[in-house]
This record gives sequence, C-alpha cells and structure tokens, in this order.
Amino acid sequence: MNPASKARKGRKAGRRHPLASVALIAIGLLFTGGAYAAFSTTTASAESDANSQQTIDDGEKLFAANCATCHGLSAQGSGDGPSLIGVGAASVDFQVGTGRMPLQMQGPQALKKPVQFTEEQTAALAAYVASLAPGPAIPEGEVLDGEGDAAVGAELFRINCAMCHNVAGAGGALTEGKFAPSLADVSAVHVYEAMVTGPQNMPVFNDMNISPENKRDIITYLKYIEDNPSPGGLAIGSLGPVAEGLFIWIFGLGAIVALTVWITAKSN
Amino acid sequence: MTSVSTREPTEVKKSGGFTASAANYIDERTSVSGAVKELGRKIFPDHWSFLLGEVALFSFVIILLSGSFLTFFFDASMAEVHYDGSYAPLKGIAMSAAMQSTMDISFDIRGGLLMRQVHHWAALLFVAAIGLHMLRVFFTGAFRKPREINWVIGFVLFILAMAEGFTGYSLPDDLLSGNGLRIIDGLIKGIPVIGTWFSFLLFGGEFPGTAIVGRLYSLHILLLPAIIVALIAMHLLFVVVHKHTQYPSAGHTNKNVVGYPILPVYAAKAGGFFFIVFGVVMLIASFVTINPIWNYGPYDPSPVSAGTQPDWYIGFADGAMRLVPPGWEFVWLNHTYSMNILVVLGVVGLFIVTVMIYPFIEAWITGDKREHHVLDRPRNAPTRTAIGAAGVTFYASLWAAASSDIMATHFHLTMEGVIHTLQATTILGPFLAFYITKRVCLALMKKDREIVLHGYESGRIVRLPGGEYVEVHQQVDDFERWKLVSYNDQKPLMLRPNANGKITVPEQVRAGLSRWFFEDRIAPVDQVELDQAHGAHHTEIEGSADKPAQISDK
Ligand code: HEC
Ligand code: HEC
Repeated sequence: MNPASKARKGRKAGRRHPLASVALIAIGLLFTGGAYAAFSTTTASAESDANSQQTIDDGEKLFAANCATCHGLSAQGSGDGPSLIGVGAASVDFQVGTGRMPLQMQGPQALKKPVQFTEEQTAALAAYVASLAPGPAIPEGEVLDGEGDAAVGAELFRINCAMCHNVAGAGGALTEGKFAPSLADVSAVHVYEAMVTGPQNMPVFNDMNISPENKRDIITYLKYIEDNPSPGGLAIGSLGPVAEGLFIWIFGLGAIVALTVWITAKSN
Repeated sequence: MTSVSTREPTEVKKSGGFTASAANYIDERTSVSGAVKELGRKIFPDHWSFLLGEVALFSFVIILLSGSFLTFFFDASMAEVHYDGSYAPLKGIAMSAAMQSTMDISFDIRGGLLMRQVHHWAALLFVAAIGLHMLRVFFTGAFRKPREINWVIGFVLFILAMAEGFTGYSLPDDLLSGNGLRIIDGLIKGIPVIGTWFSFLLFGGEFPGTAIVGRLYSLHILLLPAIIVALIAMHLLFVVVHKHTQYPSAGHTNKNVVGYPILPVYAAKAGGFFFIVFGVVMLIASFVTINPIWNYGPYDPSPVSAGTQPDWYIGFADGAMRLVPPGWEFVWLNHTYSMNILVVLGVVGLFIVTVMIYPFIEAWITGDKREHHVLDRPRNAPTRTAIGAAGVTFYASLWAAASSDIMATHFHLTMEGVIHTLQATTILGPFLAFYITKRVCLALMKKDREIVLHGYESGRIVRLPGGEYVEVHQQVDDFERWKLVSYNDQKPLMLRPNANGKITVPEQVRAGLSRWFFEDRIAPVDQVELDQAHGAHHTEIEGSADKPAQISDK
C-alpha cells in the first residue's frame, strides 16, 4: 500500500466523515514521520491543518504528562529511564506503538501491553522526540510491503535473528528473565523499527549490517511463515523437540495406554 | 475366559476341510505344528501394563516400514546442491544433497511428508514405550531371577533405540541436527588425549566434513537395526522361555501362568492392537508437524536457533550439560581439561551402567536366589520402589533441564532460576523422593495389614442398643486377601563368616546394604494373626478365614 496515496484518499473522504479523516490523516502522519500534519485533540476537524511545530508541541505536552517522570522533562533521561535524545521517531513509534511504553513497572524487560495512545498521539510523541535530535525515522514505502525475496530473508533471519527469536520466530529465552518475544502478529513497520532501533537487549541492525532491501526480505519471510501454516499439520508452537516430546508422552503414549486399558478390560 | 497353563499339554481336536488339508500340507513339509502347538498354548496374562512392551515392538515395526519408504528417496550425500524444490523460502539456497532429498520427500514426493512424520513420531513413541515398559518391569520387580539377563537385553535395546534415534535425527543435515552433531563433536573433543583424534576419525576430518551423514546412514539403516532385530528376537525368546510374569492375585503362583493362550485369543488381541498403535501413530503424523526441517534450513556452522534441543530421549544428556555451573574447566600442562564435559560423561555413564546392572546389584544385596514369577506390588518392596523413585527424579531433573529455556519463557521465569532449581532437584530431589516414597509404601503396607485384620471401613454407621455408634467394618473377600498378604517377607542378611572363618569386608558391606534395604518392613499378616483378629471380633467370617491366605517362602 502506498501511504501517500492513502493519505490523499483520506483527505478526500474526510469532507464526508470528519472523524475518519482524522484517523486517516494520522496514518499519513505516521508514515511521513510528522514532517507535515494536522494534529488535534478529539474535537479537531479536518480543517485544523496544524503545522509540525504544533504537533511537536502537542507531543511535548503528552511527553511531559506521561513520560517525563522516567525520561526527564526534556527527554534527557533519569535514573528511571534512558535519555531519548537521538533515538529517533522509529524508536518511539515502536515502543509506544507496541504498548511497551509508557513502562508500567520496572522488570527484566519492558513488556508488550495494550497500546495506551491513539495513533495521532503516538505520532506526536514521535515527532517531539525526533525534533530533539536526528535519529531513525519511521519506515515507509516498499520496504514494508512483504514482496521481497523470502529465501534470502529466511537465510538472513537464521543467521541474524534465530539465535534469539528461534528459526520460526517463536521466541526464545535470554538471561535473567529477559526474552526475545515471538514475532507472530508483529506488523511489518514494527519489525523494521525493531531492527533499526534495537529495543532493549536486541542489537541494532543498521543499514550497514542489513540493507533496507534485505530488511524487506526478512519481513517477507516472516510474512510467509505467518501466512502459510505448517505443511505438516499443527505446529505445536514451533518450539521444536521439547514440544514434540511432550506431545508424544502426553497424547501419543497417553492415548495408547488408555487403549491398552480398554483392550484388557474384563468384559463383565 | 482365562485358562491356566500347566506342563501337561492337552489334545486339540482337528476339524476337516480346506484349512485342515492346507495345514496338513504345510506340516508334512515343515513339521511346524509342534512349534505352533507349543507356542500357541503359551499363556499370556492380561494386564494393560503387559502391553507396553508390545507398543514398543509395534512402533519398531512401523519404523521399519516407514523407514524403508524413506530409503527409496533419501540421498545420504553431503555434496553441495542448490535447492530447487517447491518450498519457496529455501529456493536457491545451498545445502547438502541429504537436506535436499529430505526436502523433496517433504514437499515433492507424494506421501513423503506423511511417511517422514510417521517415521519420526513412531521413533519418539518407540523410545517412550520402552521407557514406560522398563519402569513397569522395574517397579514390579519383574527383573528378578530368572529374568536378569533379559533386563540387560532390554536396557541395551533402550540405548540402541536412542542411538537409532540420534543417528536418524542427524541424517537430514538441517540446522537443528547439525547443531546436535556439533555438541557431540564438542563432547568428544572434551575427552583428554583421544578426543581430537577420535573426532577427526568420526567426521573424517575437521567438523563437519563431508562424510558424517553417509556414515551415520550406514549405522542407522544397517548396523543398528540389525542388532536391534537380533536383540528383540532374543528378548522375546526369553519371554517365551521364562513364561510371562503375573501380578499377585488369588490362584497366581510361581508355578503357573494365568491368562489367555496365544492362539487364538492373545494373537487376535495383539494383532488388533498392532493396528490400533499404527492408527494412533498415523493420526498423530497426519495432524501434527514433527521436525519441520524447512524452518531449520540447511546446516551451517554459524547460526543456532533459540530452543535448539535434541529429541526427548537425548534430553537428559543435554540437560546434564546445561546444569553444570560455569568455570569447571582448568588448564594443566598447556591443555584444557573440560570438567564440565567429563563430569557429565562420568555421571551419566555411571547412571546408565547402574540401571543396566541393577538386577544383579539387588540380588547381591538381598541374597535372594529364588525364582520369581509373581510380581511384587511396588509397595511391598519399599526400598526398591524408593530407589526407583529416586532414579526417576534424577532422570526427570536432567530431562527437564534440557527445556530450561522453554520453561523460562513459558512460565515467565528467569533462566538462571530454572537452572538453579533443577540443580537442586537433581542433587537433593532423589533423596527426598527416596524418603517420601519409602514412607508412603510402608504406610500403604500398614494399611493393607489393617484391612486384612480388621476389614475396611464400609461407611455404614450403626447405633448399638447401648447408644454407642460404631462404623461397620467390612471384611475383604478371600481373593482380595490373597493379594494383600501373599508377599515375601525378606529379612536382612546375617553376617556370616566364610569358609576360613573370616568376615570379609565385601560381606560386611553387603550385610550393611542388606540391612538398609530391609530394615523398615511390615510383615505380611500370617494365619495366626488372622485367626486371632477374626476370632476376637468377627466370628461371622470364621468359616472363610481358614483358607490359606499366605504363601510361605521357606
Ligand atoms: C516507568 C518509567 C517509564 C515511563 C513512564 C516511560 N518510560 Fe520509556 N523507557 C523506560 C525505561 C526503563 C526504558 C529502557 C528500557 C530498556 O532498554 O530496558 C525506556 C525506553 C524507552 C525508549 C527506547 C529508548 C531507546 O534507546 O531506543 C523509548 C523510545 C521510550 N522509552 C519512550 C517512552 C515514551 C514515549 C514514554 C511515554 C509515553 C515513556 N517512554 C514512558 C522507562 C519509562
Ligand atoms: C540478542 C538477541 C536478539 C537478536 C539477535 C534479535 N532480536 Fe529481536 N528482540 C530481542 C529482544 C530481547 C526483543 C524484545 C525487546 C523489547 O521487548 O523491547 C526483541 C524484539 C523484537 C521485535 C519486537 C517484537 C514484538 O513483539 O513487538 C521484533 C519485530 C524483532 N525483535 C525482530 C528481530 C529481527 C528481525 C532480528 C534479526 C534481524 C532480531 N530481532 C534479532 C532480541 C533479539
């Protein structure tokens, strides 16, 4: 899907459905990284074509209210959260867009939660953080379309990601209660952002490590395994031999023992 | 109906017709009727736990059948090819011919994936069924004289089954199995002096080389199956020679076998059971993925996937490696000594050997030289049952450790927490399990005694004329009582001087162990006690209490 055309379409439809247009514009914002946009609170209409400065100001307000306790009033960081200067819009979009931020409680790792902010608010926060210093922007365009080379993507995935996320993206354990999450149902934009920002214990895969084209291949592979269920039947979590072993003991041998009891049961 | 096999064969009436003449034709040329008559009259007792060995046997048959199919298409070569099959995410990727042919079996040969899954699931079932069968044999004392050798044969079969499994797991040359081989390579290289040489010998040079798949293939389809088939034949022959054991029950003695004759009842049941097992395996293989090599991709020494594990039966060894705390290696004379590997090899090796020779150990400790054809109820051999529970706990801890990472992610625990807990259960768990199991067994025996002497609580409360309330105790019937009282009451060995009048150290050790084995015991109810108890309180059942309800073992 081409985000620019989407935004254009949204603007046209917006005359008929003011609220829908807000959402669509926000999506447009998301993809264009807050370079230009109209942001407003729920009372806003399509006409309030705010400039980026206003978005940034709104983001700053949201930030002060929700994030500053940990990240500091000007995102300079504090004992409870790292500095966000230079992390870029992509990092904010990933952290807030997957519900990891605002952090609910200190733990081994910030967990995914239901998303706390609307897309406009997320975009505003991203725009604010991006305005502090340059950093990775929110990706857009064909890198996200899942039309790359799945075989290349699969190989890159095995080499760069599988040691933490498992070959089938089923997730895996790290030390001290940290873990690499399952990649099922993660949107393409978040996969891309995860690679470029390296959240928490994940390394950063910048464009020198893995080119945008190859990132697209990885996304293509992840999409492939998500869209094509295992040809062998139930994948039992794609967890490998542990799941298979448990399955054969509980369901295989379990069923057979039940049948032996049945066979040897006295008929009277 | 069940029948009792005795040593006198009975005449079987022959019927006429085609079957008879055909049978006659064959018999005149092969004299097979004697064998059929002898075998057909063999009695097999009927109990579900006696079928577990059959499950293993039938799984093995399934493995042979599906495996033969796979050999038609598998190419045990490590020559490099570029995959050109129908699985898109591997298109054009360099891999070995072995991996490609396995991919082709999975995606481009009709029925291939099903057969692969049948083969692999049946293999998992095979080892699992052997394991459960072994537990049954252990906890019922079926390994006692004259069956010690058969226990060893069975145990060797278990080890060979694991070897078969491991060699098979390694054949596709995918990432998962390659990592498994890498661990084996590391294990071997950890052995001082010979390790590196041996690794080079096995892999035909530097790991992974281009030879290993072909070599494992020879083992997997030729040598190991041949040995397994021979040992299974011996194992079954011994079962026939020894006759089957039976659970203690009225009328079951050391001199008879109560059950069905092989022909026709037992053979029909077993034949039907084969198809049931086959059906279950088929069903699982049709609906559940196993070893999705298309996810793992071809072996490449650099990547390792999270959640890399061996198949379940190798898990205990993998787990043992994971439980070793860091820092056990040391350098001496410019060589690194990997105690993290050597200790594991030692401990696991010791465990395996101990289990294998356990029948001899127990016989030596107990000094029991009698033949046993009636099984022990596990509670009636508390120390053995407790030893078994300790062994199971030890094995299970190692086994669980192989999935420490999966437990950590799925139960939201830390990996370190899981490992430390399992380290504790590996070392302390067996003692705890021993103690608890023994106490439970003794308590159950006490309860049995109580029931024999005073009957069980019927739940019926009666008010006596004097106003007193009592619960009516119901006497057990004779059949049940037989089961409760007919076990051997073993006493510790007496320390006796040998022919030279000396008490040797081994004898002292033996007497000590024997005391440990038997010191806590509950004697079975004997006739006198029974008469007293029943004479005193329950005159109404006097009539049946004079039947012999006890087997003396003198
Ligand atoms: C309770 C404290 C807390 C709150 C509230 C919080 N954060 Fe965080 N945030 C953290 C901590 C701690 C980390 C570092 C996590 C880590 O790396 O393990 C973090 C990391 C981040 C990162 C990633 C930084 C990087 O290096 O890429 C971003 C972006 C972020 N926070 C944005 C936000 C935003 C936006 C909000 C408000 C909506 C917010 N956070 C609220 C504690 C907090
Ligand atoms: C060193 C281990 C490691 C490697 C290698 C790694 N990741 Fe991650 N990944 C993580 C961890 C840990 C997280 C969780 C971060 C968090 O919760 O903030 C994560 C999170 C993610 C997420 C977000 C998932 C979600 O549920 O929102 C994606 C997507 C992702 N990784 C993709 C990748 C890809 C693609 C690669 C390979 C290019 C990769 N990762 C390599 C450790 C790793």
